[in-house]
Amino acid sequence: MDLHPVIEWTAAALIVLGSFFLLVGAIGLVRLPDFYMRLHAPTKASTLGVGGVLLASLLLGFAQGRAGVAELLITLFVFLTAPVSANLLAQAALHMRLPSRASVPEGVRSHQPPE
Amino acid sequence: MNVLDLAILIGIGAVTLTLLLCGWRLLRGPTSVDRVLALDTLYVSLVALVVLLGMHWRTQLLFEAALIVALLGFVGTVALARYLSRGNVME
Repeated sequence: MDLHPVIEWTAAALIVLGSFFLLVGAIGLVRLPDFYMRLHAPTKASTLGVGGVLLASLLLGFAQGRAGVAELLITLFVFLTAPVSANLLAQAALHMRLPSRASVPEGVRSHQPPE
Repeated sequence: MNVLDLAILIGIGAVTLTLLLCGWRLLRGPTSVDRVLALDTLYVSLVALVVLLGMHWRTQLLFEAALIVALLGFVGTVALARYLSRGNVME
């Protein structure tokens, strides 16, 4: 398998960048102090990370003359579903009245439990 | 070993570390929503790991498997989040 060096280096950079973003999201999931911050870190970073890896796979597939239908479908699916599941999890956390470190904005009914 | 194989190996190592960190939060997580969030992140990272392994072994069979993993992860997260916020999954 002989690939053009530009395609090879681009795919390698995309793979390393994508897995780096996934790792950063997981570190945020472990290290951040309350649930709403932990929700913030992996949902954004993991979308970008999976997007990078799948883009590299798509690039390699095109370089070998193969249309990557499955990769396109996975990318579309992950980009559509990650915000939806994050929104549902935030609704569940608000329903359970989890405490937040951030102050509630002006004009929003407080979800903080009474002290 | 060319640069692409090296990058794929680095990616497999980093994503495996990601899965371990998510598993730690899944076991530890103080609330149940934390555990569901860890499971969701685990599924998304697993999609990336399956795609990376497919590139490593040079096979196209694993991409359909990654699609199924992504689908099941989304359905599981939605069902668990609805169960946590409403008490039941379907009326």
